[in-house]
Amino acid sequence: MTDVWPQLEPLLAKVAKPARYIGLEDGARTPHHAPDKVAWLLSYPDTYEIGLPNQGLQILYEILNENPHAVAERAYAPWTDLEGLLRDRNIPLFSLDSHRPAGLFDLIGFNLSAELTYTNLLNMVDLAGVPVRSADRRPEHPLIVAGGHCTYNPEPIADFLDIVVLGDGEEVITEINEVVRDWKKSGRTEGSRENVLRELSHVVGVYVPSMYDVTYEGANLVAVTPRYPDVPERVEKRTVADLAEFPYPKTQLVPITEVVHDRLNVEVFRGCTRGCRFCQAGMITRPVRERPAEQVRTMVEEGLRRTGYDEVALTSLSTADFSGIEKLVGDIVQSTDDGPPVSVSLPSLRVDAFGVGIATQIQRARRTGLTFAPEAGTWRMRQVINKLIREEDLYSAVEAAYANGWRRVKLYFLTGLPTETDEDTLGIAELARNCVQLGKAHTKSPSVTVSVGGFVPKPFTPFQWFGQNTVEELRRKINLLRDDTRKSHGVQVKWHDPKATLVEGIMSRGDRRVGAVIEEVWRQGGTFQEWNERFDLDLWTSAMAAHGLDPDWYAYRHRTEDEVLPWDHLSAGLHKDFLWQDWRDALAEVGLPDCRWTPCYDCGACTGYSIEHIVASATPPAGGSQGTGQDLGTSVPVTLLGRAPVGMGS
Amino acid sequence: MRIRVRFSKTGKIRFSSHRDMARCWERALRRAEVPVAITEGFSPRPKMHFGLALSTGHESLGEYLDIDLTEPEGSALDLGALPERLTPFLPPGVDVETVSIIERSELSLQEAVTVCTWLIEIPGVSPEELESNVQTMLDASSLPVTRERKGKEVSDDIRPGIISLRVVGATPSDAPERGALLEAELATQPRSVRPSELLAAFDPPRNEGRVCRTHQWIITDGARREPIPAHATSRAPAEVGAR
Repeated sequence: MTDVWPQLEPLLAKVAKPARYIGLEDGARTPHHAPDKVAWLLSYPDTYEIGLPNQGLQILYEILNENPHAVAERAYAPWTDLEGLLRDRNIPLFSLDSHRPAGLFDLIGFNLSAELTYTNLLNMVDLAGVPVRSADRRPEHPLIVAGGHCTYNPEPIADFLDIVVLGDGEEVITEINEVVRDWKKSGRTEGSRENVLRELSHVVGVYVPSMYDVTYEGANLVAVTPRYPDVPERVEKRTVADLAEFPYPKTQLVPITEVVHDRLNVEVFRGCTRGCRFCQAGMITRPVRERPAEQVRTMVEEGLRRTGYDEVALTSLSTADFSGIEKLVGDIVQSTDDGPPVSVSLPSLRVDAFGVGIATQIQRARRTGLTFAPEAGTWRMRQVINKLIREEDLYSAVEAAYANGWRRVKLYFLTGLPTETDEDTLGIAELARNCVQLGKAHTKSPSVTVSVGGFVPKPFTPFQWFGQNTVEELRRKINLLRDDTRKSHGVQVKWHDPKATLVEGIMSRGDRRVGAVIEEVWRQGGTFQEWNERFDLDLWTSAMAAHGLDPDWYAYRHRTEDEVLPWDHLSAGLHKDFLWQDWRDALAEVGLPDCRWTPCYDCGACTGYSIEHIVASATPPAGGSQGTGQDLGTSVPVTLLGRAPVGMGS
Repeated sequence: MRIRVRFSKTGKIRFSSHRDMARCWERALRRAEVPVAITEGFSPRPKMHFGLALSTGHESLGEYLDIDLTEPEGSALDLGALPERLTPFLPPGVDVETVSIIERSELSLQEAVTVCTWLIEIPGVSPEELESNVQTMLDASSLPVTRERKGKEVSDDIRPGIISLRVVGATPSDAPERGALLEAELATQPRSVRPSELLAAFDPPRNEGRVCRTHQWIITDGARREPIPAHATSRAPAEVGAR
């Protein structure tokens, strides 16, 4: 059986949103499988609506399908209604492109962007008819591979993955394909699985968890060491030196049914050196690599024509920092002037009037809401996290937004940050109230929505040593904020569930022992944990207890400088002593400039790999205030929160 | 000028919703660079007027869409070439059959169409058995159905909306399950009868297999016509579901 469609078809009449399972997107390729081609099933462990727009998978989908020795299809997690019907009838997970059973592919590759999707990964592997544990797989089973930001600490899912890829996938995917092609050619004989995995461990950027031994002393991890001399002691990430060589996706998938980010997306640069200390993406994707403006213009123009979309997003971690962003946006607006109306969006707006100026230029219609991310409520707190925007920057941005016709402003904040005091938390309310006040000059009922997320320390950031706030502490802070804004007209507060923050924290910095917990939660039916209505903390706490693991020890405990971290045998290029120094600087409230416009401070991301920033302009954009050209703060050292967080010393 | 487009929707694409189709049409019209008129105002939309919504999962050989163009009648726009221009930009399974100009004074599709013809696969029943079910149904003077509306149970008689029923034979060989094939003409006004309601009203209630709308009818002075006559090469009903 190479096509499950005949069995699937009658089931689709019984499930919600069946268009998620039919494929047929514009840009989808007709797969041609052949014995000399390696077959990849590129998968996202969440629903189609969330997974389809993933740009990483779309890039790899094109690169593989351009390769004469590869063929790639796609799969997403079936929602629970369809999963039930599939299991009842023994129908396996399938590809969307040709409804081919997942077990027939040579590799099943997952993009991991959120910890709470880990149980979905297990579920999809199981639905594919593949043993969930790597150790139980045989030569006839596909290799299970994962990439994406979460794989910088893959230890909690290490037992389920055959290989892990660190960093940009554009080049390494072809190298992996070659190794797997040889394996396929050799007939995948008994015992050959171990050989191909060992061979793959030689590919730079590829981590093969089963090739490493993990040693503990009591509760503490003491070493992760290669089992063979030819397996690298430390796995380095891959970085594409020049984005201009990879103008992908060339034919972005246009879904039939509505998905998130349903528009043309053009990546204008990769990497960010603003240096926000909580931000993993900004640390692991260094250096900054801008796409040439000319290439961006071509990709936008051709993309709009080909897809029929009326919206294009210029994506990156901070698009207003793109060299010559004003001219680029101006050119795009002008080139689409004579056709049907096209809107341009910048998903991450910088917090200053300059950013709003650009937004004004492009959002001629539909000026409803504008979003900024000050991240913290006081200047002191923003120095700690190195998000160096001053209050006046925020106010000028908000003022400009209201003056230009926006009615709603949304502000993103983190709570539970290192050294955070109640004054910092209440500072959020103060900022929001002041923004409403500014809006009153321009509109009758200005509205400011404050969205608060609980902070989860991430690997390869200066905050990787910080013990995160407890569920109770986060809840207390959120309540503090709610109480303080109850009578503040025009201010609404929204927050992320602190219980989910705890589970994210356990997995973000967990070690291999956490794998048993993930498996247990999955076996108890805990899928789609990233969906509010499906998240169940009790499943997690009882699974932790059943395996003798302490949630507090994993999430709330501060790490010490000499502690072996579960990801120490992996590398994002960043020197550990740089991160430690930046952590000390954070506690001392000392800011750090953006190195794309200032001298190198040797974090390791460039020097270690002999690459450098590719930035068209050596001067910061007009109004560029974050991290440049301002007082980077006092150097009065402070200590960590006086009160020891729960679980310390356990 | 206003044009009316006739298209079919068959195969996998039938699992897309009416709303999904509207978005696909917007993109296809932009890609084919058809000069569609745009609404004025805060959030400009292309001026498109859809006919009766087709349920998600149902196929159709006769769907319609009215579009306002900025070009006047008699302009250089080649209407005859439009089907071939549009079809490649629509999802596989959506085929534009024909396009014709209509008067702006013409009733909208939703008002004008009063009857639809459906081909319904009914699994698990022989044509003979279904034949006797159909006879019972047609002999009934009323067929009350209840449905929930705003929390209240509402009872309706669907018998007046059943114009004709005819057992065509067994389901085609490619059907997922064996059964009988029913051709039904169901009213859309004053109360629309859906195929699922019809099947639920059988005694015993019947399951729904594949369903295809083959025709929509406008009745003027007792004479019926389609909103646009089908192509000379329109598909025969036996092809339902084939793809």
